[in-house]
Amino acid sequence: MEITLTHYLVLAGLVFLTGMVGFVVRRNALVMLMCIELMLCAVNIVFAAFSRLHGDAGGHVFVLMNFAVAASEAAIGLAILVEIYRRRRTVNVDDLKTLME
Amino acid sequence: MAMITDHILTWVTFVPLLGAVALWLFGRREGPARIFALAVSLVDFVLSLHLWFHFDAARGDDQFVERVAWIGNGQVSYHLGCDGISLVLALLTTFLGPLIILSTWKAITSRVREFLAFFLLLQTAMLGTFLARDMLLFYVFWEAMLIPMYFIIGIWGGQRRIYAAVKFFIFTMVGSVFMLVGILYLFFQSGSMELTSFLNLNLEHNAQLWLFAAFFLAFAIKVPVFPLHTWLPDAHVEAPTAGSVVLAGVLLKMGTYGMLRFAMPLFPQGVAYFAPAVSILAVIGIIYGALVALVQPDIKKLVAYSSVSHLGFVVLGLFSLNSLGVAGGVFQMLAHGLSTGALFLLVGVIYERRHTREISEFGGLAHVMPLYATFFMIATLASIGLPGLAGFVGEFTILLGTFTSEFLPAARVMAILAATGVVLGAFFMLWMVQRVFFGRLANDANKNLPDLSWREVVVLVPLLVFMFVLGVHPGLVLDKVDLSIQKVLAPLEAQLVPHSPAGHAAIPGGGEEGAPAILLVNSDAEDLR
Amino acid sequence: MQSEILLRWIVLVPLLGAVVNGLLNRRLAKRVSGFIACAAIGVSFGLSVVVFLRLTGMDAEARVVNDILGTWLQIGGFHVDIGFAMDPLSAVMALVVTGVGFLIHIYSLGYMAHDDGFQRYFAYLNLFVFAMMTLVLGENLVMLFVGWEGVGLCSYLLIGFWFNDQANASAGKKAFIVNRIGDFGFLIGLFLIGANLLPHLAPGEGVFSFAILQHHAHLLAPAATGICLLLFLGATGKSAQIPLYIWLPDAMAGPTPVSALIHAATMVTAGVYMIARLNFLFVLSPTAMAVVAAVGAVTAIFAATIALTQNDIKKVLAYSTVSQLGYMMLACGVGAFTVGIFHLMTHAFFKALLFLGSGSVIHAMSNEQDMRVMGGLRSKLPVTYATFMTATLAIAGVFPLAGFFSKDEILWKAWESGNTVLWAIGFLAAGLTAFYMMRLVVLTFFGENRASSEVRSHIHESPATMTGPLVILAVLSVVGGWIGWPHFMGGGAWFENWLAPVFAVGEHGVAAHGAVAHHAADSTMEWTLAVVSVLWAVLGLILGWFVYYRRAAIADSFRKAGGGFVYRVLLNKYYVDEAYDAAFIRPGYRFSRQVLWKSVDAGLIDGLLVNGSALVVYLLGSVLRLFQNGMIRFYAWTFTIGVAVFVLYLSFSS
Repeated sequence: MEITLTHYLVLAGLVFLTGMVGFVVRRNALVMLMCIELMLCAVNIVFAAFSRLHGDAGGHVFVLMNFAVAASEAAIGLAILVEIYRRRRTVNVDDLKTLME
Repeated sequence: MAMITDHILTWVTFVPLLGAVALWLFGRREGPARIFALAVSLVDFVLSLHLWFHFDAARGDDQFVERVAWIGNGQVSYHLGCDGISLVLALLTTFLGPLIILSTWKAITSRVREFLAFFLLLQTAMLGTFLARDMLLFYVFWEAMLIPMYFIIGIWGGQRRIYAAVKFFIFTMVGSVFMLVGILYLFFQSGSMELTSFLNLNLEHNAQLWLFAAFFLAFAIKVPVFPLHTWLPDAHVEAPTAGSVVLAGVLLKMGTYGMLRFAMPLFPQGVAYFAPAVSILAVIGIIYGALVALVQPDIKKLVAYSSVSHLGFVVLGLFSLNSLGVAGGVFQMLAHGLSTGALFLLVGVIYERRHTREISEFGGLAHVMPLYATFFMIATLASIGLPGLAGFVGEFTILLGTFTSEFLPAARVMAILAATGVVLGAFFMLWMVQRVFFGRLANDANKNLPDLSWREVVVLVPLLVFMFVLGVHPGLVLDKVDLSIQKVLAPLEAQLVPHSPAGHAAIPGGGEEGAPAILLVNSDAEDLR
Repeated sequence: MQSEILLRWIVLVPLLGAVVNGLLNRRLAKRVSGFIACAAIGVSFGLSVVVFLRLTGMDAEARVVNDILGTWLQIGGFHVDIGFAMDPLSAVMALVVTGVGFLIHIYSLGYMAHDDGFQRYFAYLNLFVFAMMTLVLGENLVMLFVGWEGVGLCSYLLIGFWFNDQANASAGKKAFIVNRIGDFGFLIGLFLIGANLLPHLAPGEGVFSFAILQHHAHLLAPAATGICLLLFLGATGKSAQIPLYIWLPDAMAGPTPVSALIHAATMVTAGVYMIARLNFLFVLSPTAMAVVAAVGAVTAIFAATIALTQNDIKKVLAYSTVSQLGYMMLACGVGAFTVGIFHLMTHAFFKALLFLGSGSVIHAMSNEQDMRVMGGLRSKLPVTYATFMTATLAIAGVFPLAGFFSKDEILWKAWESGNTVLWAIGFLAAGLTAFYMMRLVVLTFFGENRASSEVRSHIHESPATMTGPLVILAVLSVVGGWIGWPHFMGGGAWFENWLAPVFAVGEHGVAAHGAVAHHAADSTMEWTLAVVSVLWAVLGLILGWFVYYRRAAIADSFRKAGGGFVYRVLLNKYYVDEAYDAAFIRPGYRFSRQVLWKSVDAGLIDGLLVNGSALVVYLLGSVLRLFQNGMIRFYAWTFTIGVAVFVLYLSFSS
């Protein structure tokens, strides 16, 4: 069976959906962060797939840039979470409402 | 030296900013910080004197020009210039600077470094506003003024300082935004942010009306023109003395300066359309400000409302649209800066001693503080336009200019109504002086008030001296601004039709050999009809 | 026209004195301070005499000297100089101001000797002479106005000199404000001149210069009525005429020499001087002249009636001054400017004398001013009494004292103008003047002393510094009128000839307008009127003597017998102050406070519009704020749903 574009897109869709649902339903900030990474990953798959299809390196460039974004986001996000955990002893987002006002 | 004199405007504008940065970085200790700030402002004043002495009044155009491309292909440039009008206002700014810093010696005791840095930053912004000849640059400076002023009121102010600061900020911001839209519109028309390129646009009638309205709103709020004045009493009352002085002395002039520099020459047809309404507002402001000042129980609020009245005179003079009225308006800006600046300083002196400004708390102060009473009296007399002091020259020429205006409808009625402000002005000021200084020394709290200290005398005397100097020899300033005013208003000349039919007969030919006292002559203006 | 550099020093030397006294203040010994002040005025007087003598040496037509210091204002073609000029008219004024001023300075040395504010007093007094000389010698209307406001300021400062008492400070403020109302008219008058003249002048010509005004007077003819009436409004303020006279009686709160100098002899005559100076303008408008004459006449009689009942010695003199100023206005109004100035001069002598005499009395009476507790001072204060009596006879118009010549001449000119009503009013007022002056003299100097024994024990004649000026002024009050000895009595009328060049246009102009009927050489009538008016004055004096001395009960019985109402109205000065208060001041204040400030400013503009719009934004914000609840999962849901909706919209819309 030949792997077509559709396969890639379906895979990407599933990964993205997983990330999105996880992001919305989970309360653990760490998990939510990982879900965001999943969604970014899904986008990367789409970029790569289309890049291959069109024979245009631009898509690959974007993938690389996304890696960078994801990495820095994870780094900063984790750092914040660690700091929050130190102070609050929890990473449950329902307990973190100080940004309300 | 050449490095300084070749870029003198840049130096004058940014020396305070350099000082502010240095203060922020190194000004840990209060005493040295104060002296450093004072030195910076003095240096800036000395630099600005170079402008004064090397300005060629016989040319009247922009001088000491500096122009460097900034953004894009010369679309936006760093462009400073200085004509007579900018010159005298810049001098006023640099002249007040050291005096204001000196006045804060005892009054500002917390976060001294921050205060001084903000103040120097404000100096740079104000000077830049007066000197900028590129509209984006102007707008940057214009908005930059807000930030330090906001903090000066908000941090070192009185009880309701946050309210006053926010009110000040939002009021001014609302107007500025409309002006920004106007500037962008003009930019897209002309392709450049240069003031001169805006001047060369031939805008259609409706566009001029809208743009004039947008610009005028921004400037009118700053002046402030009735009924946009209510931020002013709050800002003045809550601001620390130094803030009030700089607000009354320089910031309010930004509005009238902007009208003269931008709103009027850029949109002659807008001026033609709106001038009657504007002058009516000015006259209302004059009378209304005086009447409301009359009944204020707080000295500082009284002086604040008197500013509304005095600035009404300036606006009226500008919109009389003849050389007398406009020159009077420019002169009155200075005179008001001196007299009201001095009054706020004096109010600050008594506030430092008694921590109240209620008129009813005082009475008979002339017994314990004779020198203070004398200084207050002189400032008061300058403010109410006594001949021999600066205020008279401005009021006299403004009213004469308005009265003889060829252009304003019912100009004489305007002038007469405005002249009642002169009577009312004397009334409320002298009444206040009477209640504060004369009579028995009834309140025990005032029994042992010390008279002015040496430092306070040093702060006030230069202001008082210049009230006399400008009152006796107004030519000192008028000679510098005369030609520049003609130049700035030149775009208006061709567009305006004298209103009174008598005007046509009264002006023989116009131009050089005719009657240059009346600036605006009737040339081809069919297109306006 | 010649240039005369001394002129500026006539003006500036007093300023110098004021500056020295003002800056050094308490650091100067009283003796030094007083010397400086008197010397300054003395120099000024001496220089005035020098320049005056030079004027007399010139041709009658060319008697003008100029001293231009420089440009004051130069805007476009509009031009005003700082400059001084002396012609016969300003020479008379300069001599009167510096001369009488000098005497009053000397007098003040004694009068103010024990005052704490001695140096401040003399600084103000010198400053006043400076301003007054600017007014008198100013080369143009703006200079005149500068001096005009300057004397107003000094008046304000000196009335409120003893500011310990709020009432004094109030009186000073009132004087300044009421004068400002007049100045308002003055200013508009100036503007009207400018509006009419500016278009016709070459650039750089001083539009307000008197020479140029006179030269171009015909251009102002169409607007002359407006201009003159507005300027006259200024004059009613400064010269205390109806309706703006109300400040002058209150101005008596100042030290008495100040009342003599400023509020009798010099400043208050500035309005008369201004009208005389602009005679060429006023004659262009018969209407304005008629108004000037009518206001003058009415003021003369109005103030005289009030003077009848006042009990404060200085108040009587104050109303008397208002009344006499009315005479001067009347003279100007009928075109007899020379006579107006003549009366101005003689009045300066005898009214200054009266005030200084009253000062001497007050000094002796331990600062008591109420005549009801005076009496019998004749023997205790012989010099004061003798000089005071001279002045009384002079103001009453008894031949051959100064007042006779000037007042009689005014009445004659009024008669000559053909308006017998004006003459009758003036005539009646002259009788009243004699009457109330005699009342004053009797209550003060005759009868029993009614003061407490404490006060009585301190009564003493004043020192020589005070009596000296009294004597000199008394001499002037006698002989001062002789320089105007009229033709019909065989005199040379030197004064008239002296001023003739200044008023050549003016008085000729009146004749040309037919305002003056020509009774050339009708000396029989002139004799008759002169004799009648002297008899009338004497009758007034005798009546005053009789009512208040011989039959003191008459006044009381009049008061009881139905005259009480009239008496109360006069005593309360026709309730004019109360009427102004109720009509303007109180409603104005209430309107400003309740309507403008509380309702319009705080309520409508700031409350409804400014804070109202802020409130709307705030409410809007409060609704939107509900979305920011801090629940991250809520944000995530809304975000997700939002994106979903957006994507669906994009895919279905195309």
